[in-house]
Amino acid sequence: MAFLDLVNLTKTYGTFTAVDSLSFSVERGSFVSLLGPSGCGKTTTLQMIAGFEEVSSGRILLNGRDLAAVPARQRGLGIVFQTYALFMHMTVAENVAFGLEMRKVDRAERKRRVAEALDLVHLSHLADRYPRAMSGGQRQRVALARALVIQPELLLLDEPLSNLDAKLREEMQLELRRIQREAGVTTLLVTHDQSEAMALSDQVIVMERGRLQQAAAPFDAYEAPQTSFVSGFLGKSNSLRGRLSGKGPEGSALDLGGLRLQGPAADLPPGEVELALRPERIELVAEGEGLVSGTVSEQVFLGDQWLLKVETPLGPLLILRRNTGRPEAAPGETVHLSWQRDHLRILPVEGAA
Amino acid sequence: MTMASTETLRETARPALPPAARKWLLSAPMLLLFALMLLVPLLMTLVLSFNSFDFYKGIGGDLSLANYAEVLGDGYFYEIFGRTFGIALATTLICAAIGVPLAWFLNRMTPFWRSVMVLVVLGPLLISVVVRTLGWAIILGNKGVLNGALMDLGLIERPIRLMYTSGGIVLALVHVMLPYMVLAVWAALQRADASAEAAAESLGARPWTVFRRVILPQAMPGVLSGSLIVFALSASAFATPAIIGGRRVKVAATAVHDEFMNTLNWPLGAAIAMILLVAIMAVMLTWTRLVEARVGKEYA
Repeated sequence: MAFLDLVNLTKTYGTFTAVDSLSFSVERGSFVSLLGPSGCGKTTTLQMIAGFEEVSSGRILLNGRDLAAVPARQRGLGIVFQTYALFMHMTVAENVAFGLEMRKVDRAERKRRVAEALDLVHLSHLADRYPRAMSGGQRQRVALARALVIQPELLLLDEPLSNLDAKLREEMQLELRRIQREAGVTTLLVTHDQSEAMALSDQVIVMERGRLQQAAAPFDAYEAPQTSFVSGFLGKSNSLRGRLSGKGPEGSALDLGGLRLQGPAADLPPGEVELALRPERIELVAEGEGLVSGTVSEQVFLGDQWLLKVETPLGPLLILRRNTGRPEAAPGETVHLSWQRDHLRILPVEGAA
Repeated sequence: MTMASTETLRETARPALPPAARKWLLSAPMLLLFALMLLVPLLMTLVLSFNSFDFYKGIGGDLSLANYAEVLGDGYFYEIFGRTFGIALATTLICAAIGVPLAWFLNRMTPFWRSVMVLVVLGPLLISVVVRTLGWAIILGNKGVLNGALMDLGLIERPIRLMYTSGGIVLALVHVMLPYMVLAVWAALQRADASAEAAAESLGARPWTVFRRVILPQAMPGVLSGSLIVFALSASAFATPAIIGGRRVKVAATAVHDEFMNTLNWPLGAAIAMILLVAIMAVMLTWTRLVEARVGKEYA
């Protein structure tokens, strides 16, 4: 049995189902992200684990213990809120000490553990400040220290980085990972930011409309998405419609609007399928060597990369090319595209499966 | 069209007033109104309070501190001032005790019920003070609604005296002052982070601890500013003490009224009014200092 187990967890509001029989497990000490667009039920799930929302049906097991009957204040979870939820009328040290006070930890021990927690988040020098006099990143660290000081069995992070600017967010991602490793605490992060989820976690759990889409290591979810939603949500992806006409041990035969292509072996019945192709896997090749040709319609410079949009008989394709210091194909130019057979993902058509 | 644009051009071409002068010019109408309607009567009252009064000769033109000496040397006036501030303090405390939970509920309501309840809370302010207080007189009288109901229920044998008592005045004042407190506290709670309550709960705090350690401190700036308004308005209230307290239970404002309208000793009335003004201002300034010291450190 895993450390945290969600079994057929469901939350309904009247006729609306926010979370639809969601099941997944989290291993002790791991960092897991609950990822999905806003309104997918990820925050509701977190609220149910925290004990702020009642469970409609299903179970939450933490370390074998059913949390259903345990009130929020007795679950002993560390929670970092999206708005940080700091106590503005208390100093940083008082904020961090609050949970220990509630646990009736004596003064000397309290002082030691507050100092330890502040040291972990590199805020020892600001212990006597009030939160209002601090930056977003610093407040974030206070919230982390306050949640970690009670040595929670489980740390819940609710979009903790969404209120920070892009540069600070990247810094805090590394910090968060370091702090989580040092504290060794099992962590569940809720986020809508796929790059954040992939950068931080051992496992991503992708949700959409209250349902589990895929639970896998970030690399596996990116490389082998099981649904077209996952493929489109994790990173960029070109989505194409085609027919799976035949399959053999070497691969499958595909028909894309008259263009016959080879794809990797697929465990799907012949018929309509969705094809996903990562923009960075498409190469520009010499005339005659390409699988398909097209005309560049847009060219966007991203610094380390170029983004090209190419109009092809298959439809518009996005292509990402590393910037090697040479000028890139300009709009209006005809280019020839190719990709390795195995880079094409064959997925069931959305809604049919 | 052409006319208008040349006008605009000429307007911008004219050398602008220095910013400081412009500020004064723009505030001039308000300042003038303020001076005319507030400062002038106040100064005239101040001068009047130094004049002498004789029952046969009327108000004298000489200046002395005799009126102040009379007020400050008479136990009767001390009683009146004591009662005035006692009533104001009690009203403030009760308003705070009721207002904080009320504002907290208001803050947690769905928008529809919130707007309904705001209207209910503001209700007392929509009715004329005299009508509202006469309503209280009907309720509080010896043969009033409240005593009648209590006696019918057999809870009391003889009516409780509520009319012509300080308690009755406090009750009626709380009714009308509550909206000021609720609105001030509500504004403070709206500025606060609602998830702080959930955070405290997740850290192991019981509901009462959450209230005492998180909600109350969040509401405190509102309680402090609300108290300032409620205290000042209660201490200077006239209509409510006049109707509920009658001639027997006098407060400073009704005493001033009596001096002016019954005894016709305007200078003495003016002296009481000036002492009331100074006393309220002293309380308010001290209070503001305390508030700033308390809340200010969070913003340091």
